[in-house]
Amino acid sequence: MQTKRTIFPNRVLPYFLLLPQLAVTLVFFIWPALQAVKSSFEREDPFGFRTTFIWLDNYTRLFAEAGYINSLSRTAVFAVLVTLLSMSLSLILAVAVNRVLRTNRIYTTLLVWPYAVAPVVVGILWWFIFNPTIGILPYMMRSVGIAWNPRVNGDHAMILVIVAASWKQISYNFLFFVAGLQSVPQSLTEAAAIDGAGPFKRFWTIVFPLLSPTTFFLLIVNINYAMFDTFGIIDATTSGGPNQATNVLVYKVYADGFLGLNIGSSAAQSVILMLIVIALTAIQFRFIERRVQY
Amino acid sequence: MFKTVLCLSAGMAALVSASTAYAQTEISWWHAMDAELGQKLEAIAQGFNDSQDEFTVVPTYKGSYAETLTAAIAAFRANEQPAIIQVFEVGTGTMMAATGAVNPVYQLMADAGEPWDPSGFLAPVTGYYSDTSGNILSMPFNSSTPIMYYNKDVFEAAGLDPDVPPTTWAELETMGRQIVESGAANCALSSAWITWIQTENLSALHDKPFGTLENGFGGLGTEFVFNDELQVRHWDNLKKWSDEGLFQYGGPAGAADAAPKFYSQECAIFMNSSAGRAGVIANATDFEVGFAPLPYYDDVIEEPKNSIIGGATLWALNGKDAQVYNGVAKFFTYLSSPEVQAQWHQDTGYLPITNAAYELGQEQGYYAENPGSDIAINQITRGTPSANSKGIRFGNLTQVRAIVDEEFEALLAGSKTAQEALDAAVERGNQILRDFEAANS
Repeated sequence: MQTKRTIFPNRVLPYFLLLPQLAVTLVFFIWPALQAVKSSFEREDPFGFRTTFIWLDNYTRLFAEAGYINSLSRTAVFAVLVTLLSMSLSLILAVAVNRVLRTNRIYTTLLVWPYAVAPVVVGILWWFIFNPTIGILPYMMRSVGIAWNPRVNGDHAMILVIVAASWKQISYNFLFFVAGLQSVPQSLTEAAAIDGAGPFKRFWTIVFPLLSPTTFFLLIVNINYAMFDTFGIIDATTSGGPNQATNVLVYKVYADGFLGLNIGSSAAQSVILMLIVIALTAIQFRFIERRVQY
Repeated sequence: MFKTVLCLSAGMAALVSASTAYAQTEISWWHAMDAELGQKLEAIAQGFNDSQDEFTVVPTYKGSYAETLTAAIAAFRANEQPAIIQVFEVGTGTMMAATGAVNPVYQLMADAGEPWDPSGFLAPVTGYYSDTSGNILSMPFNSSTPIMYYNKDVFEAAGLDPDVPPTTWAELETMGRQIVESGAANCALSSAWITWIQTENLSALHDKPFGTLENGFGGLGTEFVFNDELQVRHWDNLKKWSDEGLFQYGGPAGAADAAPKFYSQECAIFMNSSAGRAGVIANATDFEVGFAPLPYYDDVIEEPKNSIIGGATLWALNGKDAQVYNGVAKFFTYLSSPEVQAQWHQDTGYLPITNAAYELGQEQGYYAENPGSDIAINQITRGTPSANSKGIRFGNLTQVRAIVDEEFEALLAGSKTAQEALDAAVERGNQILRDFEAANS
């Protein structure tokens, strides 16, 4: 860890340079976060006429509620599957494109397109494709005897949002993987090839370890993406249903706070969500980053 | 020289525009009507603005009903609220509890000295928006009620009389089975708004309570009781028909998939708000549409009660100048005039909220020319409203409706029986009522 530390000769200048960033963080992150913590201890009517301080009631109520515990585990399943699916597929695509030397520009451009699509549009796109009434996929699945219905079947709905969320994120991961792969020195793989290592061996022992900083960065970005950025996709495809099957934490915060006008509970959920993300990030940096070679 | 002239003319222009702005009091109106409905609504505001030069009504589209309400609440807390806000019927309980935020319409009209006769309005509409002493708190604007749309061509293909829609649920089941078995359509029934139509209206039609204390009209201490025999039986039927393929679920709340199922002739019958009429007529181009009242169980009640309303009303928010409220009162008078109301009703499928607007439509021959267009008003005005059919009033009803949808989905997925699902919905709903009570007392 010591090697990563930089020593500045001037004691004041670094703080001064940090000031704008600190101010932005304070106004746009710390302040709202403190507000959320404050209202998570309160019960309030929507218009804000009566506010009662109720200690931890919002939290105890949440954990007594079966729906919230379910939402926690669903978020975990969702985040892990979206991260795994989008990262592994984009790595495969990146390796494939990296092997095509002459036309890789075209492939890259085509593969990056989905990233330019807004989350809600992605949601609607996949909603159309998977829609049991008007979609093309259920029609084809019916002909092979699968009754696809994400309106009623919670697992189907979960598959739908995972596919939609991963599809959008693949482009982003792909770009970083391609850049990472292009920076792996050819001489290393060539030397290994001369020594008789096959393509898989070369990938696992040379290329993949050299990609580890990219992979680590993407891991954090993807988990955050799955936990926060997928809101639009879920809103447009399933709205958290059926029967809360796709009601991940961030969507529940929105539904309870904005649709249900239950500000206290919504604030308590945001605080829990924030703690989860802080914990996850800390774990990632503490344990996974050790395996990363820069 | 040139500069001075420029400065002078700019100053003059500023003066002129300032004086016109001063002369016309601006009345902001936040609403949730998009597309065609939004255009019709803007036409109403324009009509009012053209009719006088003292006030300007400025309508602003703020997204869905829920988004509009949330936006208005946030604006109120920041002291930037609009003068008028359109609130859906589900938000009524929330608005009524917010006494400090609302300028009640009966008081507003009296303060402004505007003539205002609540008895001219349809009783089920005003009943829904009155407090316990009978004072109307918000201005009725776009009220609707669920009706049944059916595909006459499919009925004919199935060997049924296309002019005789089912009147009871038993008939609907028999006819539906005949439709599916004859291959005329893949499914008999789909429905939007499971909570509103198949639970709240079901209870009202059969004169069964949805909650205690007159369905919540009597105070905040109310509890849900919609897990009774009738509701369980109906949900059981829907589950049975769903397994059989007679009923297809179209999703929670407004049911995004239900309307396409009807338009594509997948399902022969579609239950939805009367305000869906314009959409049905625009989309059902390949077949003839029939309109009918909602069916009922004839062994539970001989004569079904009136259905209950949906849609929205206009609430005036506190914190504006008296002059603004004068304008709001004038605008409300304009809005409820028979001509404006009849036009709005005929354009959209919303109910004519005043008797005069309905009579005007009759004089104009509108109902004779458009068969089925009076189904909704006949259904909502039939008989005398009872304590169980005059409407429902619960705090945080948006959340409760979401819960009922969820439990219905659990029923369809087979993880709960109808009794278990409704019991769970009542229990979870009561928890929300207690929260609301605690936050508002």
